Amino acid sequence: MPPRILPEPTPETQHFWDGTRNGELLLQRCKETGEAYFPPRPFAPKTGSRNVEVFKASGRATLYSYVINHRPRPDMGTEPYAIAVVQLEEGPRMMTNIVGCPQTPEALVLDMPLEVVFEKMSDTITLPFFQPAKG
Amino acid sequence: MMQKSVAVVGAAETTKMGKIPDVSVIGLHADAALNALADAGLKPTDIDGVACAGISPVELAQYLGITPTYADGTSVGGCSFMLHVRHAAAAINAGLCTTVLITHGESGRSRVGAGGFGRAPSSLMGQFEMPYGVTAPPTMFTIPVLRYMKTYGVTEEDLANVAVIQREWAAKNPRASYRDPITIDDVLNSDMIAWPFRKLMCCLVTDGGGALILTSAERAKDFPQKPVYVLGTGESVETPLVSQMEDFTTSKAFRVSGKKAFDEAGISHGDVDHLMIYDAFAHLPLYGLEDLGFCKPGEAKDFINGRNTAIGGKLPLNTNGGGLSYMHSGMYGMYALQESVRQMRGIAPAQVDGAKISVCHGVGGMFAASGTVIFTNEA
Repeated sequence: MPPRILPEPTPETQHFWDGTRNGELLLQRCKETGEAYFPPRPFAPKTGSRNVEVFKASGRATLYSYVINHRPRPDMGTEPYAIAVVQLEEGPRMMTNIVGCPQTPEALVLDMPLEVVFEKMSDTITLPFFQPAKG
Repeated sequence: MMQKSVAVVGAAETTKMGKIPDVSVIGLHADAALNALADAGLKPTDIDGVACAGISPVELAQYLGITPTYADGTSVGGCSFMLHVRHAAAAINAGLCTTVLITHGESGRSRVGAGGFGRAPSSLMGQFEMPYGVTAPPTMFTIPVLRYMKTYGVTEEDLANVAVIQREWAAKNPRASYRDPITIDDVLNSDMIAWPFRKLMCCLVTDGGGALILTSAERAKDFPQKPVYVLGTGESVETPLVSQMEDFTTSKAFRVSGKKAFDEAGISHGDVDHLMIYDAFAHLPLYGLEDLGFCKPGEAKDFINGRNTAIGGKLPLNTNGGGLSYMHSGMYGMYALQESVRQMRGIAPAQVDGAKISVCHGVGGMFAASGTVIFTNEA
């Protein structure tokens, strides 16, 4: 199996990938409106304000939508896997994989509660995945 | 844009379509261009404006021997050509040039002289989507659909029926890649690609191209073909990341582009005789019918199931068979435009009798961009 395709951080996103490596899901928000946003950038979309801050998200989310890829990318193994978009508690959505449950329509029900988990993929990159919420 | 101030005077597809292993990407651009030039009775040196996507307009101009005073390299995916038409109309009206050639060519299947789909790992897609195993459009364009299906009670059968009805149209088109009738069961039993999407809910992967030539309405009268006037146009973009669409049940780019085009054209939905909605996948016509305002949110499935868009229906849709059955080289928008022009000229294989207004709506990327062109054959 070829090595998994991994992100290459840029100066604007480095804090996010530093965060996942430390077991934290970091979002940003506009300090004027309080609105959280993702993916990372050093200003708030729409207002254009540079007055923003990084904060730690709760890691709680719900399953917003997904597909189950039956033609796996070579670096993803040989079994079908879900590519999901989750709705974070703080407002933004992000793409991810759902782990810790079968990759089937029966197990993956829209709006089910999820929680973030972190998986180290290399010395520099840890990916944020989500699993069914416990309790 | 001034209504009917600019017209299509040349339109053609590549000589061959489907599998063309002996022609490269730029060769397909050129073949389509030469066919459109012949259609308009022009030669390359009569062209003073060029537009294309996939390759640079510099490559196109040099290859054909054109010295333009206007070049448009807008490349926002499969609807780039709708934007090229819109920009060309503005450019002609502004006096930047008189005669614009828009080309498309793509070796989608044979990959002769074609680039790859990859994204830099430092791009936003490379950082925030690629790591999770997305491959190409079948695993990205499809991601919003489960949310849409849950919100409006849309079923896999509803998605399948989009493909079934478009195959009925394709059967009337000799150049369509797939012409044999299919049933909902056929679609639901075809190979699983990315649940809930089966193979027959996904577009073809073919080789081909097309080209358009536009000039002022005043000059258009002197050309051999019946002029097809540009009545209204729209465009917008939303996001390069499908995961960041504002709402998975509707495309903001569709809504903005469609409304702009209808406003410019000064028409209502009841005036529309013929409709093309870029269908890279079976859900696109559903989103398009709703976001363009032909149906209320959630009602497109009943509209299609009621055969309103089928042969004999009140709103003939994707009359060439669409990307699902006619052809899809990667950036299908050019073929949708070609079918609208054929319908307005009255020469389409599945001609809509007496059609006077055609709406042609395109998508680029995975709901990333949109372009809408409204044509009429009435001066």
